[in-house]
Order: sequence, then structure tokens, then C-alpha cells
Amino acid sequence: MSGVTTFLTRRRGGRFWHWTDIVSWLWLVGGLVIMFGPAVWLVGSSFKTPAQLAEFPPTILPYVSQQASVEGHDKPLTLYRVKQADGSTKVMAEVRRIGIVAQMVDPKAPKDIIKVNIADRQPVREIGFATGNYTEPFVHFDFMRYLRNSVFVTAMATLITLLTNSMAAFALSKYKFRGRDLTMLLIVGTLMVPLSVILVPLYSVVSAVGLLDSLWGVILPTVATPTGVFLLRQYMLTIPDELLDAARMDNASEWQIYWRIVLPLAAPALAVLAIFSVVWRWNDFLWPLVVLSRKELYTLQVGLNTYAGQLNVQWHYILAMTVVTMIPVVLVFVFLQRYITSGIAGTGLK
Amino acid sequence: MTAVATLKTWTGAALAAPVVWLASIVNVPLKWWQRATGTGGMAAFFLAPNMAIFGIFVLVPLVINFFYSATSGTAYFLQDRTYVGLEQYQRLLDCGNYLDTATCREDLFWKAVHNTGLFVLVQVALLTVVSMITALILNREIVGRSFWRAVFFFPVLLSPVVTGLIWRWILQRQGLLNLIVHDLGGDPYNWLTDRFWAFTAAVSVSVWAHMGFYTLILLAGLQAIPRDLYEAAEMDGTKPARGFWRITLPLLMPNLLVVIVLALIRAVQIFDEVYVLTGGGPGTSTLYLTQYIYEIGFASLLRNPGLASAASILMGLVLVVLTLLQLQVGRRGERKGARE
Amino acid sequence: MGRITLTNIDRAYGKVKILHDINLDVGDGEMLVLVGPSGCGKSTLLRLIAGLDRPTGGKIEIDGADVTEVSAAQRGLAMVFQSYALYPHMSVRQNLAFGLENIRTPKAEIDQRIAEAARMLEIAPYLDRRPGQLSGGQKQRVAIGRAVVRNPTAFLLDEPLSNLDAELRISTRAELAALHKRLATTMIYVTHDQVEAMTLADRIVVMRAGKVEQVGRPLDLYNAPANLFVAGFIGAPRMNLLPVKVRSVGANEVTVEGPGGLSARVAAEGTALKPGDNATLGIRPHDIELSDGGKGSLEAQVTLAEALGPETVVHATIAGDNKLVAVLKRQGVETQGAPLSLALPPERMHLFDSAGLRVASH
Repeated sequence: MSGVTTFLTRRRGGRFWHWTDIVSWLWLVGGLVIMFGPAVWLVGSSFKTPAQLAEFPPTILPYVSQQASVEGHDKPLTLYRVKQADGSTKVMAEVRRIGIVAQMVDPKAPKDIIKVNIADRQPVREIGFATGNYTEPFVHFDFMRYLRNSVFVTAMATLITLLTNSMAAFALSKYKFRGRDLTMLLIVGTLMVPLSVILVPLYSVVSAVGLLDSLWGVILPTVATPTGVFLLRQYMLTIPDELLDAARMDNASEWQIYWRIVLPLAAPALAVLAIFSVVWRWNDFLWPLVVLSRKELYTLQVGLNTYAGQLNVQWHYILAMTVVTMIPVVLVFVFLQRYITSGIAGTGLK
Repeated sequence: MTAVATLKTWTGAALAAPVVWLASIVNVPLKWWQRATGTGGMAAFFLAPNMAIFGIFVLVPLVINFFYSATSGTAYFLQDRTYVGLEQYQRLLDCGNYLDTATCREDLFWKAVHNTGLFVLVQVALLTVVSMITALILNREIVGRSFWRAVFFFPVLLSPVVTGLIWRWILQRQGLLNLIVHDLGGDPYNWLTDRFWAFTAAVSVSVWAHMGFYTLILLAGLQAIPRDLYEAAEMDGTKPARGFWRITLPLLMPNLLVVIVLALIRAVQIFDEVYVLTGGGPGTSTLYLTQYIYEIGFASLLRNPGLASAASILMGLVLVVLTLLQLQVGRRGERKGARE
Repeated sequence: MGRITLTNIDRAYGKVKILHDINLDVGDGEMLVLVGPSGCGKSTLLRLIAGLDRPTGGKIEIDGADVTEVSAAQRGLAMVFQSYALYPHMSVRQNLAFGLENIRTPKAEIDQRIAEAARMLEIAPYLDRRPGQLSGGQKQRVAIGRAVVRNPTAFLLDEPLSNLDAELRISTRAELAALHKRLATTMIYVTHDQVEAMTLADRIVVMRAGKVEQVGRPLDLYNAPANLFVAGFIGAPRMNLLPVKVRSVGANEVTVEGPGGLSARVAAEGTALKPGDNATLGIRPHDIELSDGGKGSLEAQVTLAEALGPETVVHATIAGDNKLVAVLKRQGVETQGAPLSLALPPERMHLFDSAGLRVASH
């Protein structure tokens, strides 16, 4: 409560709400709804049955229809609340439906079939989760494979990025050699070459080295990120050269200096790069879309787009898989958001 | 040491052991290499993997892009293609009236150019204003600033595909937006099949997805403005609005310019989330340059990699100009910082 | 053994020459101190000896073996850095062990050497701490310990005390001297502080602008500085330097005249000075005495008197603009602006010719 009070009574001072306080407050709460609302709506929808998804107006919460087993029928029957002629309602089970007329029975008197217009009834529902949306795509579709591909691409690309970028950054920050400034200029100069500008020739290069339709073809073009080299170099410049000299006096080889001294000391920058790399590679879309044409190699993003682009979109599965695709990023957001925001504020990288 | 801590130590050691072992194996030949070539050779060794990958997958494509744009055919290997000189560029730029796409030979390209231009203008303006307002509000003495900052940052991390699908789901006929319209007494509408609304959705969704990033940069800039400037202004009897125009805005200008140029650079390349959201439709109303390059280069039946390459080089030129602008802006900001 | 010989060492970065033709011979077990103002090239010289940098000309020998092209690791030397350069991500124990592991010393021996060094340097209680958790003095000891465990041919110390506070610097200085006695290993010690040089060195090398100005035992440098630079650098407060003119040159003495009626006969044999030459007369503040105002005394004007207790540092001027500092063994009577009669004992005077080289010899 004191927090709210403080919030409302800062800069403008005094005990009264200044109009800017109200505007700020509305903006923040509105932002909360708009930023998180869509994702929450997605998660809620992903637990709905196909029938429920097709309904309008949609309900906020997912429901499942209640069913009951009725004497004389093998399968459980769906329950409906049926409006009677006298205006009262009664719970009945549907046996079958022909057009707009449903044959229904009273569960207490299962013998008598009553014909009911479907406009006169409402399904009996309770809040429930259609978890099948999550389990079935793994069985019926290739989602397990896509997930595996995505994890593989993300993990390998991040590992290689960390290793090669840190080695290059080490050379560029701790050695004096001819061509160092040129190399640095080359790297910084291509910092802004986006994928879309070299899409066609990159495709031909990847196909020339035989990496077309292979996950390595997705991984390798992304790992030599200039951003990573730049970020790590800036950090390594802050490691004192005397430490390296001390290690040289301690009989360490240059590789040992890199591996045992510089790499552990650059851990904070490596962590930031690792987090970024995971998010980047997990979210990559255009490049995998171009390189991968065999379905079993699709990453989650490409697979998801393909299913969502089909003529008959199976939204109940798409929504559930979208949630699955979102999970790692949400985890990063919850636990590591601090590192990312400080990384961006510090270097302006994304 | 507790059992858990022991377990942790042992697990850590077990996981690290192969890596450490590998590193020590690598050390043996490298020692020879170091003895043979000195530290200069070691610098080459450390640079090699990154520069090899960088050369093959960035520099080479960058260079051969120009050769691609000077050839025709549907083959991807350079040796299978016919040299046509500047024909692809002529084809792209052959236009009776650049403002009327119907008079252009490659009308789809110009459609994409027009769409991208309009998108860039509207999106960057909206993005800057929204990020600025949010940053200003977050810079006030609010409780839980880092929480609110995180709130606006959340969509930045989402993949474009997820973003596109979320909003497609909300904007579809049985979606959340129509529920709200319905509750307000309106009729549900198929938003994404309407040219105007599809464009509005593309702009809004991309602002939604990226504003958190720019808010962060602006907020960092705002927090770097010393508080005592405001206190001094207050002592001088400066009104808050005047304080904003005369203190905040001038001091924030370097950050603001960086934000605008960065947003421009990214908006020109817009693709993923809009492609998933609208697929470029309805018709070609949300077809943007990158999608044009992708479809002409790979997806369409009328595949023409040379043409796509030429288009990408033209787009690259725009980006180079914007990047130089950014460097200029950045340097000006730096010089200003050095003076202060 | 730890004899280090430098012959004609040059070091240049592009066109800028940092070191000019350095020749030095460091004896086994000697404590040699390189001293000079910052930028004089003393640290560069140390890095050349260490093998962290290569000379552009000349030869470095350790125990007679040419090591000019040998890498730092192979020279068998150990170095203590100004910033200590302890590996921040390793514990003290790991810091000490790192160098020994790199040359594949057996585990048992590593442990034994660490234990020994820890006992000697009293760092045993914090062997398992990280450098970040140590005080400046403790880090200092660990840095020395890291050098000691290696059993090096020689120790190279680059301003090891400059990051300590004044009190700790004095006590650590004494410990370093004791350590050197105990280990009897060659040490080359770089500092800009002439007090450290005086107290620690067997021999001092005074450097300026990449050149050796003088090499010698501390008291030799103090009593017979070879030139004006060494005269001004060694000793605190600095030696007073007064401009004088040569009046007459005798067989073994030179008579000079200076400001304020100063006249002195300074012992000198076989000098090239001629009557009328300009020269510089030097006298240390501690050698100046009070006089009763008789013949040969110098009349000065007190500008500032600093009473330190056992002695008083008097800043004065002679004949208007010649500044003079005297350290008088008595408590302050002098006040600002008061006249003062001073006596300059001729046997304590140093005479330098117009090129700044020493003339008088004792």
C-alpha cells in the first residue's frame, strides 16, 4: 500500500494526484495488458477444443463439455441443458444429431428418445483443459523432430559462436599484429550487413559447400556474428595485460592463457552473448526457411509457419505448439532478462 | 561439505572433465605451433576459425552478389548462369512513372518499394513516439521500475513467428478483437482481409514487438541526464513542459537519433512477423521488400535469383546510407559526450 | 646461479628509441635496483630481461647462455608485477600452483613448495581465498609467493610496493630485504622511489631517458653523484644547486664564487676547468649548518620554516632569487622573513662543470 502511495506522489510532490500521475499509471497498466494479454490469451486458447475455438463469441476460459455414461449406450454421451416447453431447463444427453434436430435422452430415463431443436439447448460445460492439443502433435505430426532440430541448431550454434568469437576477440584485443585494424574494420563494417541483402548468394555458397538441406547449413552462416566478436573484444580489452604477462612468466602457452586466464575472466560477457545467441538462433526464421526444404529437417519456427500456412489450419494444435515454441524464450525472460536489458543498454545490440 | 554440494562439485567436475581434457590435448600441437611461429602465428591461429566462417558466409556472398545481379536464369550456381550486364537493374528500374506501379515493368518490386516506404514512415514514427513516452514514464520515480521495464521488453524476445501467430489468432474472425467489438455492440470483422486494417495490423504488431528495445535505449539515455539539472531548473522556476523541451530533449537527442536510425534500418528489412501475420496480403497490400526478394529468389514459380540479387543490392544501398548516417550520428554523440 | 649480463641493449618502437645502448652486469645473488623518473625506460628494460619483450639490438645472457631469443617461459625467471597481476578467478593456492602445473611439477612437490612459501610469507591462513578477498598487503605477499615457489634463477620486481600505503610500504620493504638475504637469489628491482633504492639495493642503476646515468653502491651514489641528474635524484630533500663562477684553479682545488658573496674552495684534482667558467655548486640540505655570521657565512632570507620535531626544514633565498633548503638539527626559531646566517662546509660541497658532470672528488 505504501508502495502505491509512493508511486502516486513522487516528482510532482504534494498529496494530490497530478494529471501526469494518472496518465503514467494508465499507460503502465494499459501496457501490462497489451504486452502480456496476447500471450495469456494464446495460452488460454491453446487449451480449448476445436469446437470451442470455432465458437463466437469466444469464451475467456477453456471449457470442456460434460459427458455421462448412460445405460444402453457404450460410449459416454455429451450432456446438454435443454429448454423445455414450459420454460424450465433440464439436463439431457445427446444420442445422435440429424441436421438441426438432436435425439436426446434423459439420463434418468434412458429409454425415451426425445427430439430437440439444437437451438433450444446449451452444452453443459466446466472449466477444463484440452491437453490433447499438446500431446497429439508430438505423436501425429513431426513436432518432436522439429523440437529436436531447433534444440540442436540453437545449442551447436551457440557453442560454436562462443568458441570462435572469443578466440577472434582474444586475438584482436591482446595481440599486436599487422592487419589487426583492417580485420577489425572489416568486422565492424559488416556489422550491418543483414541477411536479406545477401540471401541469394549465401544460398548458392551454402549449396556449393554441400550444406543445403542440412542443419549445419542453418548453423554455420550464423555463428561468425560480428556483434559477438565486438562485444567480447570490448570486454577483453578491460582485462589487464599484466595478467597475461604474469601467466607467460608462469610458463603458460598462449592457448593456456586464452583457455585458463582470459576465457574465465570474460565469463560475464560470454554469458550475455550466450543468452543472446540462444534467443537469436531459437527465433531464426528466414534463413532456415530458405535452406531447409526437407520437412524432417524443419526447425520449430519453420514447421510452425508451414502448419499455420496450410489451407485447413488446425488452430488447436498450432496454438499449443506456439506455446511450446515460446517456452524457452519465456524462461530466458523470467530468469535472465536482467542480463539482456543491461547488455542492450550497454552496447545497443539486439 | 553437504551431500548436495559434494554432488554438485562432482557433477560439475564430471561435465567439465572432457572439455578440460580436450583443451589440454589441443595445447600440445599448439605449443609446437607457438614455438615455430611466435605470437604472430598464435594470433593467426586464434583468428582463423572465425575469419574462415566469416569469409565464406559473409564476405564471399557479399562480393558474388554483384555477379549474381549481372546474370540471368534460374540456376543457383554462378557458372550455370548467363551474363547479362545491367539488364536486371534495367528491368527493376524500368518505370513510366515511379509513383504508379502499373506503369512499371517489374510492378511487384515497385509495389514492395511503395509498401515498404509507407510502412517505414508510419512504423518508425509510431515506434519512436511510443518508446519515447514509455521511456519518459519509466524514468519517473515509479515503484518497481525494473518490473515495468521488463513488461514492455517481453515481446522483444518472442520469435517473429510466434508474434505473427499470436496476433493472427487475435485478429481472426472468432478472435479476441472481435469479442471486444462484439461486447461493445459492433459486428465481427475479418480484419486481415481488409487492405487498410492489414496494414494497420502490420505496423501495430511490429511496434508491439520492438518498442521494448528502443524504450531501453531511450531510458538509458534519460537516466544519464544528471538530476541536478532538473533541480537547477526548478530553482529557476522552469515549468515542467519547458524543462522537457529545453533540457530533456536536447540532452537525449543523440540517443533519440540512434533510435530513429536503428528503427529505420530494421523497418526497411521488415519480413518475418508480417509474413506470418498476413503472408503479404490481402493481395499485395503488405508485401515488403524482403518478402519480394525471398519470393523472387526462391519461392515463386517465376524464380529469378539475378533479379532478387539486384533488388537486394538496391536495398543494401539504402541500408549503407542509413548505416553511414548512424555512424555519423554516433560520432556526433561521442564528440558531444567528450566535450561535456 | 643467477648472473645476468646485458650487452649493448637497444629498444625502439618505430622511430622512438626507448633504450640506448644499455650495458649491465648483475652478479649472482645481487639486489640490483633500477631507479629513475617515470618514462625513463626502467620497466621496459625489466620486460626485456623477463622475455616479455624483445630488444631491437644487443644481447641478454643468463649465466653465460644467450637468451635474447628465448621465450619468457624458458628463461627460468619469476616476476612480481606492480598491480600484482594475481589471477582473480583462482584461489591463492591455485595462483601459486599455476606456474608449477604448467611445467608438470609433481603434485606432492607443488604442495610442499606452496606450504613452504606460505609459511615463509605468512599467507597460510588465506590460501583458499580469492585475491579479491585479500587486502593490498596480503595480495603483495601472494604475488611474491607466486614468484618464490617457482625457485627462479632471478626475481624481477616491477614497482612492487607502489600500490601499498606509506606505513605498509616501509614494513614490506624491510621484509623484502630480509627475504633477499634469506634466499640469496638475484633480484632486479624497479622503482621510481629513491628511498626504496637506497634502503634495498646492493647496487643502484640510475636511469634517465633510456640511458644509464650511474651505477654504484647506494652510498657511493649519495656521496659522489656522477652528474647533476643523479645529484638531484638521490637524496631527500634534493641537493641544493647554486650557479657559481670559477675564480681560480689550483693543483688540487678550485675556488668558486657564487651569489650572496659565496666563496668556496672545493677539492678537485686534474680538472679541465679554467678561471671564468660557469659551474654548479651542490650541497645537501643536511650538510648546511648555522653560522654565527662570521667570515664565509652566507646571509639568507627565510621564506618558510617547517618544524618536524627533531629537525627544522628551512626554505630560504640568497641574494634575492637563489633558493636554498637547509635541514637544521634544532627546533624552529626561524620565522618567515627573518635573516639567517648559514655556513656551507667546503668538504661537503659537490662541483659540476657546465656540462653537468662532476668535478670535485673526495
